[in-house]
Amino acid sequence: MSDSPNTVIAAENLAYRYQQTVALRNISLTVTSGTLTGFIGPDGVGKSTLFSLLTGARKLQEGNLRVLGGDMRSASHRKICCPQIAYMPQGLGKNLYLTLTVEENLQYFARLFGHAPAERRRRIDLLTASTGLYDFLDRPAGKLSGGMKQKLGLCCALIHDPELLVLDEPTTGVDPLARRQFWELIGNIRQHNPAMSVIVATAYMDEAAAFDRLLAMNNGSILFDGTPDELLKMTLKKDLDSAFIQLLPEAERAGHREPLPEPLDFAQKSTFVIQAENLSCKFGSFTAVDNVSFNIREGEIFGFLGSNGCGKTTTMRMLTGLLIPTSGEAKLFGRKITGDTLEIRKTIGYMTQSFSLYNELTVRDNLALYARICQVPETICRARVQEMIERFDLVHCAGRCPPQLPLGIKQRLSLAAAVIHRPRILILDEPTSGVDPVARDNFWELLIELSRRDKVTIFITTHFMNEAMRCDRISLMHAGKSLACDTPQAIIKANNAPNLESAFIRCLEAASNNRTTPAETSAASGIPEKSNRQQKAFSFRRLFSCAWKENLELLRDPVRATLALFGALLLMTVMGFGISMDVESLPFAVLDHDNSMISKNYTLNVSGSRYFVLKKPVKNYADLDRRMKSGELSMVIELPPQFGKQLEQGISPEIAVWVDGAMPMRAETINAYINAMHKQWLQTLSPSADTPLNIEIRYRYNPDVLSLPAMVPAVIPVLLAMLPATLAALSVVREKETGSIINFYVTPLNRLEFLLGKQLPYVGFAFLSAMLMVLMAVTTFQVPLKGSFATLTAALLIYCVITTGMGLLASSVTRSQIAVIFLTMLATMLPATQLCGLINPVNTQQGLARIIGTIYPTTYMLLISRGVFNKALGFKDLFTPFMIMLIMIPIITSLGAICQKKQES
Amino acid sequence: MKQKLRNIFYLGIKELRGLFRDRLMLVLIVYSFSLGVYISAKAAPESITNAAIAVVNEDHSQLSNRIIDSFLPPMFLKPRLIRLQQVDPAMDAGTYTFILVIPVDFQKNLLSGHDPALQLNVDATRMSQAFTGAGYIQQIITRETADYISHEKTPSPAARLILRNRFNPNLTRSWFSSTIQLINNISLLAIILTGAAVNRERENGTLEHLLVLPLSPPEIMLAKIWSMSLVVLIAASLSLFFLIEGVLQMPVEGSRFLFICGIAIYLFAITSLGIFLACITRNLPQLGILLILVLMPMDMLSGGLTPQESMPAAVRTVMQLSPTTHFVSFTQAILYRGAGITVVWKQLTALLGIGLILFKLSLIRFRKSIS
Repeated sequence: MSDSPNTVIAAENLAYRYQQTVALRNISLTVTSGTLTGFIGPDGVGKSTLFSLLTGARKLQEGNLRVLGGDMRSASHRKICCPQIAYMPQGLGKNLYLTLTVEENLQYFARLFGHAPAERRRRIDLLTASTGLYDFLDRPAGKLSGGMKQKLGLCCALIHDPELLVLDEPTTGVDPLARRQFWELIGNIRQHNPAMSVIVATAYMDEAAAFDRLLAMNNGSILFDGTPDELLKMTLKKDLDSAFIQLLPEAERAGHREPLPEPLDFAQKSTFVIQAENLSCKFGSFTAVDNVSFNIREGEIFGFLGSNGCGKTTTMRMLTGLLIPTSGEAKLFGRKITGDTLEIRKTIGYMTQSFSLYNELTVRDNLALYARICQVPETICRARVQEMIERFDLVHCAGRCPPQLPLGIKQRLSLAAAVIHRPRILILDEPTSGVDPVARDNFWELLIELSRRDKVTIFITTHFMNEAMRCDRISLMHAGKSLACDTPQAIIKANNAPNLESAFIRCLEAASNNRTTPAETSAASGIPEKSNRQQKAFSFRRLFSCAWKENLELLRDPVRATLALFGALLLMTVMGFGISMDVESLPFAVLDHDNSMISKNYTLNVSGSRYFVLKKPVKNYADLDRRMKSGELSMVIELPPQFGKQLEQGISPEIAVWVDGAMPMRAETINAYINAMHKQWLQTLSPSADTPLNIEIRYRYNPDVLSLPAMVPAVIPVLLAMLPATLAALSVVREKETGSIINFYVTPLNRLEFLLGKQLPYVGFAFLSAMLMVLMAVTTFQVPLKGSFATLTAALLIYCVITTGMGLLASSVTRSQIAVIFLTMLATMLPATQLCGLINPVNTQQGLARIIGTIYPTTYMLLISRGVFNKALGFKDLFTPFMIMLIMIPIITSLGAICQKKQES
Repeated sequence: MKQKLRNIFYLGIKELRGLFRDRLMLVLIVYSFSLGVYISAKAAPESITNAAIAVVNEDHSQLSNRIIDSFLPPMFLKPRLIRLQQVDPAMDAGTYTFILVIPVDFQKNLLSGHDPALQLNVDATRMSQAFTGAGYIQQIITRETADYISHEKTPSPAARLILRNRFNPNLTRSWFSSTIQLINNISLLAIILTGAAVNRERENGTLEHLLVLPLSPPEIMLAKIWSMSLVVLIAASLSLFFLIEGVLQMPVEGSRFLFICGIAIYLFAITSLGIFLACITRNLPQLGILLILVLMPMDMLSGGLTPQESMPAAVRTVMQLSPTTHFVSFTQAILYRGAGITVVWKQLTALLGIGLILFKLSLIRFRKSIS
């Protein structure tokens, strides 16, 4: 394949399949620089798959693909070209960090691409001003409304000047005003950087009409490639919506017509089904919903329109009883919604803005579950599910799980789940965002049928003006207030506007008083100069950006940070005081058949020690059996009849001792104690039996054989093995679950930078926690630190790097957070507590246990910790374990880097 | 009521379906209840095994050689002969747990009636071997010396001690450590499966969606409890029958049926605990740490690892609140001591009570934790 100098993308026979499903078949395509290319097509025809291949986020299967002059199969080319591609994936804020503020999200991306602080400021101000996010710079991304997240995602994609901008339905869920601003922004950027190519997928046909080139896709192939005008000419249609429908194969557009409801007769008397009276909701000082009232009749379709973040979703949450209003009242069927209004809830169908069905269930199973919960009779359940699958055109994906499905299909599934039980009220939060025009019309047909025929009351939010026109009444909201509430025609008239969209924008502009934010002036000052395109293979700057972001996320969650830091201290206290290998105060009793002076003397000899506590005598064998079985007695001594007499006569009597063997270690200790006491007792009886031999036993390092001095230094490495590993592992898998891992796939971050950046804050936390533990060992537990403190500190630092590295290694093989918690616990708790010499020395273990114990890092940290604390050792004595740990760092880190995938497969 | 049961049933089925899709999780469950238990059972050496011992033999007499030869495997590794100067460095490096020093003219002094002294250095940081091992070594030396001095049989002692270890006559450690590991795995898995699942559903927004449907929080919670408990119960039972009884050859004294009932009740308590922890945390990383903070003390202080008697009174009292404490004593009573319901009803009642309290507490927090 030869590249002409201005070819940006050259694809040849691209094909892609997910297991059995074919997503792309034989796509060939060339895109030249400086063009705006739009993709349209029904949901699930392969647009997103194609985009993720173009950006290198997904691994190629078949065909050739050259992007920006290089082969996308080659990792080294991807490394060069990825920084020049900006990719905004589909879904509401999928690539954002929800605990970070708008500002911090933008800062992170700007840092990754290496802008200087002043340049970052300029770009952020410019982008946020032109998207209306400037006032929300301090708000955490998680608290933004769906549409605002979308805008932020876009800003993040635009923060560096990409050569190629790939936007997958960027304006889904974005309000009309912001959409207009958004396209102005893109136009601006293109003007200043004419070489930049933009590739967009969209479900808005008015947007598509403005593209230079339009590609219509269906069923994994390209149906049409040309300008919008050519498309209109070819299909002989006036507008793109109908042209698009005309393009589809006959079967798919069968019976399609523009759905329009019969006008509702407002004169007719009807009951109010949804009522809101002076509804307000405040979060702290922020008023999300301000004094909103409306009454909705039975069978009415009530549309809720408004800019992003104006309180639409909050109002819905109050209607459904999920949120308790700060003041005012919301009623359904004249009753307030509380936790126990099960009967009313049975009649509500609710669809959330972001997908909230089960990712781990197939489409069919999801529907069946919701049908059953919503009390669809078992006999018709199966038929109803099938009906919904057909009605919403889900047949081809009924057996697949939502994560594999495109946004539009997921929306349809959510809708199907909302109506499956034939509710009396439907509360739908942007149900058609991201859904293709045909499916949208099909859906509206259903809504109209439900409303007019079955008298279902529908409360719906939308950003599509043609949908709003179909509502009986609409309410325009802005900044928590309802600006107008009337029929669409009346609103157009009142605003003196040609259509609803301009009426809406006029309303909004009037309400926001055309405020100019400081940055808008700088927006006029133009587009920033080109960024430095030189991307190094390994960059500490990127590594630190990653660490900076991770650290911020950790600090944003003070509970997690506190638990991570002080949790170890708590555990150390518990384990230090609680675990004791000293066996003391064991309950025992005597079955004394003799009851003589001498037998009592024997009992006294045992009960006098601190090891045993005498309980009330055992009466008979049944009593003995019962009390030992219940665990009440750990030992029973049976003194035979005539014990005293036999002793005097020199017939050596037998004393029987029963020991509870349920805990072998304790039993062994009891055996040793009782043997020693018996011997001692014999000696007091006849001192001559003494052997002429002294064995001096020197218990070294811990002369009193106390548990505490031996345990405390050992507990530090054990705890450090578990907590930091779990935290580090979760930090990566969490990104996989929320979707922000995509940033790692498509930004210049390489594996090592990503992993080390993630690791750095956790190493810091772990090390701080380690130092606190050492301090506590010396002060609270008064275990003297006899050896070299510097050696211990250095070793602990190395060890913290190892354990967090192990966590990251675990994260590379897992996808769900649950699995990774389980995996890290299994992989750290058992080896650290049982196989590394905490209780039994490693060289006494056998088989697999011995092998694990030998290669596990905790073993060596234990040697060092005990060596320094108990044995007064220094660096020279601990050289070997020290070196072994040092060698482990590169091994574990590179293993982690190798296992972490840089592309989705 | 019927509808409620139906909801609980189907929501539970949903949990099971979700779990079976997570291949790695299944692999981990299988591993933890098979190989995980096995490794742990075999990790702990039987009694004193392979104790590393070194001898400084400055005597080189018949007796000293005889003593050295009497340290035999499997209890001891073959004794290493070292020089006196090596004693301290070797102890410092932790190469040997025991070093016996036999002084010059030991045999001569002994025979001539002077009381010679042997020195036994013990690495007392090796808690599990130090004390018991020193006792054994003492016995061995005393026996060998006595045999050597008086070639005739030693006179029988005034009274003999007959020791019998009940329930586990040979004090086989793998019996003990395998059941403890089984209990630990039950707790770990049950807490993670329920707690993390609640948290994940909340993060994904599915829980909020459920609350709009005609469902009440107890139904959602009970669904999680029954389904996840079932998984753990099956895994634990298989592990007991095939691994512990089959491979590790541990005789089960009591009623297996009663034991499985006990696991079920314990699972109710521990899954409720999992849900409760999920309700008081906001995200999975928080829960992950909290899990460790709760599980570790429960595992270590419930009487499974070290006897409860030797813990401070305050710790023992607090640990009565932990379901694991009661379950450990229940398990030991049934599996080893063959106790019946008349003995273990107390533990079962305690478990049920703790479970109900935790269930109630999570119920109070459940709705609040959503908004």
